[in-house]
Amino acid sequence: MTLEILAVDDSRTMRDMIRLALLPAGFNVHTADDGVHGIEVLSGITPDAIITDINMPRMDGFGFIDAVRGQEEHRATPILVLTTEAAPELKARARHAGATGWIVKPFDPSKLIKALQMVAG
Amino acid sequence: MSDANDPMAEIRASFFIECEELLEALQDGLQLLYDGADDTETINVVFRAVHSIKGGAGAFGLEALVRFAHRFETVLDEIRSERMSAGADALKVFFQCADHLSDLVRISRDAGDLPDEKTAELLGELDKLLGEEGASAHDEPEPEEDIEFQPAILSLDLDLGGEDDTPELAIADLPDLPPIASTNRFRILFRPANELFETGNEPFHMLRALDELGECDVICQLERLPDFADLNPEHSFLSWTIELSTEADAAEIEAAFEFVEGLCTLEVEAIRQPEEISAELSQEMPETGIEVVQSTQEVPLPDAATNVQEARPGVPRNEQPATETLPEPEPDAPAAEVPATKTPEQKPPAKTNAPAAAKSVVRVDLDRIERLVNLVGELVINQAMLSQSLESSGLSPHSDAMNGLEEFQRLTRDIQDSVMMIRAQPVKSLFQRMSRIVRESSSMVDKDVRLHTEGENTEVDKTVIERLADPLTHMIRNAVDHGLETTEKRLAAGKPRQGRVNLTAAHRSGRVVIDVSDDGGGINREKVLQIAIDKGLVPADVSFSDTEIDNLLFLPGFSTASVVSDLSGRGVGMDVVRTAIQALGGRITISSVPGVGTTFSISLPLTLAVLDGMVVQVADETLVLPLNVVIETLTLGKGDVEMVRPGAHVVRVRSGFVPLFDLGEELGYRSPISEYEGSVVLLIAHEDGSHAALIIDSILDQRQVVIKGLDDSFFRAPGIAAATILGDGQIALILDTSDIISNAIGATGTGASPSLTGIPA
Repeated sequence: MTLEILAVDDSRTMRDMIRLALLPAGFNVHTADDGVHGIEVLSGITPDAIITDINMPRMDGFGFIDAVRGQEEHRATPILVLTTEAAPELKARARHAGATGWIVKPFDPSKLIKALQMVAG
Repeated sequence: MSDANDPMAEIRASFFIECEELLEALQDGLQLLYDGADDTETINVVFRAVHSIKGGAGAFGLEALVRFAHRFETVLDEIRSERMSAGADALKVFFQCADHLSDLVRISRDAGDLPDEKTAELLGELDKLLGEEGASAHDEPEPEEDIEFQPAILSLDLDLGGEDDTPELAIADLPDLPPIASTNRFRILFRPANELFETGNEPFHMLRALDELGECDVICQLERLPDFADLNPEHSFLSWTIELSTEADAAEIEAAFEFVEGLCTLEVEAIRQPEEISAELSQEMPETGIEVVQSTQEVPLPDAATNVQEARPGVPRNEQPATETLPEPEPDAPAAEVPATKTPEQKPPAKTNAPAAAKSVVRVDLDRIERLVNLVGELVINQAMLSQSLESSGLSPHSDAMNGLEEFQRLTRDIQDSVMMIRAQPVKSLFQRMSRIVRESSSMVDKDVRLHTEGENTEVDKTVIERLADPLTHMIRNAVDHGLETTEKRLAAGKPRQGRVNLTAAHRSGRVVIDVSDDGGGINREKVLQIAIDKGLVPADVSFSDTEIDNLLFLPGFSTASVVSDLSGRGVGMDVVRTAIQALGGRITISSVPGVGTTFSISLPLTLAVLDGMVVQVADETLVLPLNVVIETLTLGKGDVEMVRPGAHVVRVRSGFVPLFDLGEELGYRSPISEYEGSVVLLIAHEDGSHAALIIDSILDQRQVVIKGLDDSFFRAPGIAAATILGDGQIALILDTSDIISNAIGATGTGASPSLTGIPA
């Protein structure tokens, strides 16, 4: 089954990298360039998992996760935080916002796929 | 990287383009902070710029870039979280770091040598900002893991001794592993906490991940399930005991539970003798797959318990491998069939911070654009030829052919404008480079200088921007080094301590005007003249007007620097600047007021390719003048011309006088005419606002001409800017009127004095 992924990152390079990593593995990748845009894109799709950056303009990753979790149909949608920080407090904060897991940048494509499969099947 | 089909190479290339945008945003943000803005969004923009560069750099293994960006970001984070303030000292370091970051980006892109010394120096500066403890606390970026599964995992409910629990330790704790080719057996207790579901985690996926590690026996324990009435579908009541035979080590098992660390009770225990345990387990376990044994009573699971429900495998228990009977992990409608009404590319909501990023951009090889520009040039020439032949065929101006021709001309012009726009770029990047030059040069000569820029979004042809960098750099350095006085002198003159350099760009009547001005002491004309005389550049006995003295700065070999400082004395003078500007079809003028400052003004054509021209005839030669310099055409009447001295005439224009020049004579085509009455005269405006009149024989046409540069093949002839091909295939020279007139003034000494040049309205 094709998994639908929504990747939210303000860096074009990161979005490209995620797409490059996931497309060959058969994922269907949607992208958004910040939290506000992510919410907009989300209104048109039902992703199996969401990947989000933390530091973004307009609405950051925490706000985005919060907003996604606030939507009834996405209360349990897996959300992976893509971050350069591995600091425990950042993980705690992400988790507090409702993140399912995290991926530390730079990521290895196979590990990203594995992480996605781990949270979304 | 050279392989165009390598997607990684493409992303890498686009990463560096993104870096340029981020660096620009960084500079802008720092400048805003410097200008006194301290809103959180500006600080966030600055932080994010560095953060994103670091993120991308990490993806491409650009270690040096990551390391530097990391430390920079750490300090910015302190400011972002208001643990530190962005004072002047901090900002000074930030500017330097931004400059250095941009160097590192370029060096990383071009695989050049890294300036380790400079890096170390700036890292030291950053550490100083952080303070001593900060320096050690933020020493190195965190190790670059892929998915960060390994560290700090075993701080769960494991009891393997000490807080230094590591997977390795866990393995070391295993005595006598069975000889069976490194197969380990583990017993795992997994009890999700309620919060586990709130983060969208799913026990099923973890069980499956374990199953993938080896042979898995799973027992689901239901004893904590309350009565149905007390059942909260959002809470977790199940737990699992898993027996796992695997070649993996404890770390890999922990990895499966990475995301739920702290959200569950997890015990991982190595089993010494697999047979013992397996004997206790139910016998009908299949060879592979997850087997779930529901223990005691059968409890109907609540429908609404989405997560718990999915975690309830094996409804037809024990009969077949549980994996096959598990519900699909995502019971929602198949996502692929959901109409993607909104694709990400569709939205461009106004982005507050990076308007450029919201635009979609196509990267095109410059060669292709050059080719297009050339083709359009040919089209313009061809159109002119067609017009000419149609006109000479005696067709009625109202005929279909002539109407069609008009439309054709309009389209040609539109195409040409569009093509030129492809090459147009805002001068912003150039201006940002100049702000760096100001920072560097002012600190070198120990002056407090501030650069003000205006019109950064003015668009100019890409080639022009590139070729302006060197002349502008030189002029900015000059302004800082020579233009501005020392701090003591400024204070003595009652000026603010901080010197000011202005850099402005604007479109003015079809040209781009870039001004570099300072609020320094102005040109010391006495000194300039003396130096010029001393160097033998001008005769000592001739008197010069102020403008003429100012123009001496452009003489080759001229230098006002009495002391050769670090900045000046590079063997490059204003003459080189002027040559570079002229090569772009531009002009440079100076104006200076003693004690108030000096302004250098560069006027450039918008593009290097096409020009709106006035085609005129002089002594059987066809010449083209840029249309924008011509403000008026006149036919001389009786008494319009007066001689101020032999060889120097002026023409009366309304109530004022304008110096008059004979174009045919100036270009050496013929001897000066003696009878002015009836002559056609073009009134020409100079960049500096002064005027002159040129006598020609007749006006032929006004049209667009394609500029064909002469510089490559010929020496630069004074007064001649370039050449063009006319509709009939004839070659015509394009004139630089300012050059012609200043030559004429030089030759005849006809001073373009203010009393003569002011044109009455």
